[in-house]
Amino acid sequence: MDLLEYQGKQLFARHGLRVSSGEPVTTVEDAVRVAGEVGYPVVVKAQVLIGGRGKAGGVKLAAGEAEVREHAGNILGMDIHGHTVRTLWIEHASDIATEYYASVLLDRSAKRPLVMFSVEGGVDIEEVAENTPEKLIRRHVDALDGITRAEAVEMATDGGADADVIDGVADALVALYEVWLEEDATLAEINPLIVTPDREVKALDAKVSLDGNALYRHPENQELSDSQNEDPIERRAKEEGVQYVKLDGDIGILGNGAGLVMSTLDVVAQAGGAPANFLDAGGGSDAEKIKQAVQLILANDAVKAVLFNIFGGITRCDEVARGLIAAFADLKPTVPFVVRLDGTNDVAGRELLQEAALPNVYAARTMNEAAEKVVALAAAR
Amino acid sequence: MSVLVDENTRLAVAGITGREGSFHTLNNRNYGTNVVGGVTPGKGGQDVEGIPVFDSWEQAAEEVQPNTAMIFVPPRFAADSILEAASAGVELVIAITEGIPAHDEMRVYNTLKRDHSGTRLIGPNCPGILSPGKANVGIIPASFFKQGNVGVVSRSGTLTYQIGNEIAQAGFGCSSIVGIGGDPVPGSSFVDVLELFQADDQTELIVLSGEIGGSAEEEAAQYIAERVTKPVVAYIAGFTAPAGKQMGHAGAIISGTAGTAAAKAQALEAKGVRVGRTPTEVAENAVEVIGGTSLAAP
Repeated sequence: MDLLEYQGKQLFARHGLRVSSGEPVTTVEDAVRVAGEVGYPVVVKAQVLIGGRGKAGGVKLAAGEAEVREHAGNILGMDIHGHTVRTLWIEHASDIATEYYASVLLDRSAKRPLVMFSVEGGVDIEEVAENTPEKLIRRHVDALDGITRAEAVEMATDGGADADVIDGVADALVALYEVWLEEDATLAEINPLIVTPDREVKALDAKVSLDGNALYRHPENQELSDSQNEDPIERRAKEEGVQYVKLDGDIGILGNGAGLVMSTLDVVAQAGGAPANFLDAGGGSDAEKIKQAVQLILANDAVKAVLFNIFGGITRCDEVARGLIAAFADLKPTVPFVVRLDGTNDVAGRELLQEAALPNVYAARTMNEAAEKVVALAAAR
Repeated sequence: MSVLVDENTRLAVAGITGREGSFHTLNNRNYGTNVVGGVTPGKGGQDVEGIPVFDSWEQAAEEVQPNTAMIFVPPRFAADSILEAASAGVELVIAITEGIPAHDEMRVYNTLKRDHSGTRLIGPNCPGILSPGKANVGIIPASFFKQGNVGVVSRSGTLTYQIGNEIAQAGFGCSSIVGIGGDPVPGSSFVDVLELFQADDQTELIVLSGEIGGSAEEEAAQYIAERVTKPVVAYIAGFTAPAGKQMGHAGAIISGTAGTAAAKAQALEAKGVRVGRTPTEVAENAVEVIGGTSLAAP
């Protein structure tokens, strides 16, 4: 679960990392009010979950009220690489002497936390890693004991931080590790980590991803997901506990198990089609859940045909068939369905569908046959 | 032979008294797996269809000597249950539970490594292990598989069934099917299971089924080139997954270019592993290799 900059900064502040005072706002009037409170000059920053905000014109400096009005008015509602700006973060503008970089992430390959620091901040860190790897200090810390203060000091020193801010940088690294650990983050990144002319070390930006599986132990973080900027169907799916991701194509997909569904998307694409969604009905879906899933798929107007690809393990094919029959009774879909049922109770499932004789529902015996059929049906509409 | 589970398996199940836990435990027993006990704190002394339930792993270990643990408890209790089984000396822990926080998985992995190096963890978020004709531990629908000489290792459950079924329909069977799970920090990697299949007499061909995210497939490719003399065929799911979107499995997330299906397929192909573009093609490749003359090292 990715957090917006201001949400990340609020977590940072909770763990003692220095950030500028500010407030998130959704209207021009509130932007002006907050600017007055934090003091000019201020920065008006678009809150979207995509990089390249600055270049797209989503980050502006404002010296006075007129400029705040102008910039807030322009940025609210702006489209940044497909993300509509609905929230702004207004903070007091910082004077910058130097820009550093710091991050903590879960290194899946090493199965340990990786802490990184560089004096080359404010730029694309992947480029630093690629072109001047010696300037990016990477250190795996003990997964059970965490980072020590001595390690943090060593990283700041080895990385070439200015001598008078070694302590400040080490404090920031330790605090960032604490954010990562205690908030169950998979990534906590500051770019840039700035040094001000009076030698204060501060987080000017924040990129934090939280582990959705750990939210049960962070009730205070439950509300942080960016529901405003989410696709409405994805939001509904989340509320219903269905794994749904909207895609750009016109073929609705339903399968059981994330791997099989991903594989289904691939096979449909190879057959020349374009999937409209990823939907994992999960293990052990009953008829009611299948009906709900059909509703979600059909909520996307772009869908011209739907493919059911089920290999039942825990999931029983007869339940899937019942769910589809119930969905047809309620929703009366106008698009064709191709259904492939294999695995637990597949014979019973196929018989149920045959008896129901649903209009525009085609049976397929294999995954490849099903993909070809659904692509042809979508193309014919 | 086969790997990890067989007729010598003595299984105990954490969460045996739950709905899913009891259903699958009994399924496993019906298949012929020797189920010796269950663990549910507070329910010691009860039994599930004759299977004795204990309050703790320590107690279960003392009374019925399980060598294999299956974890079916909810995510928030799973990490401690895994570590408790390891503390009690259980050598193989298979964690079915889905949704364990990544930090817990990391803690479990590193604690096992430091304090319980004699315990191997498979999963979490995996379908378990099936050695056809011998033992089934987990939720893999055994009826689709028969005994044979193909070893399957996979990050995904249903995709394993799909590929395994196609291999079976082509007339071939499996030595073992090992689901390692799709989570960010699995207890065992492709490399760990490849090592087992390489050493297993019954296994003549290995099918590796991966998906987007992480670098486990790339590491497997390197290992295959260096250590595996048996033929390996592979499948990677997620060629059409858009960058930055999470597709169900916590592991199946890609950011930037690393971890994409294309990069993984390329890494494997560079080491001589044939990567099928559909599950059907994987089965065809497998059958071609195993049915043909090239059973020797590639």
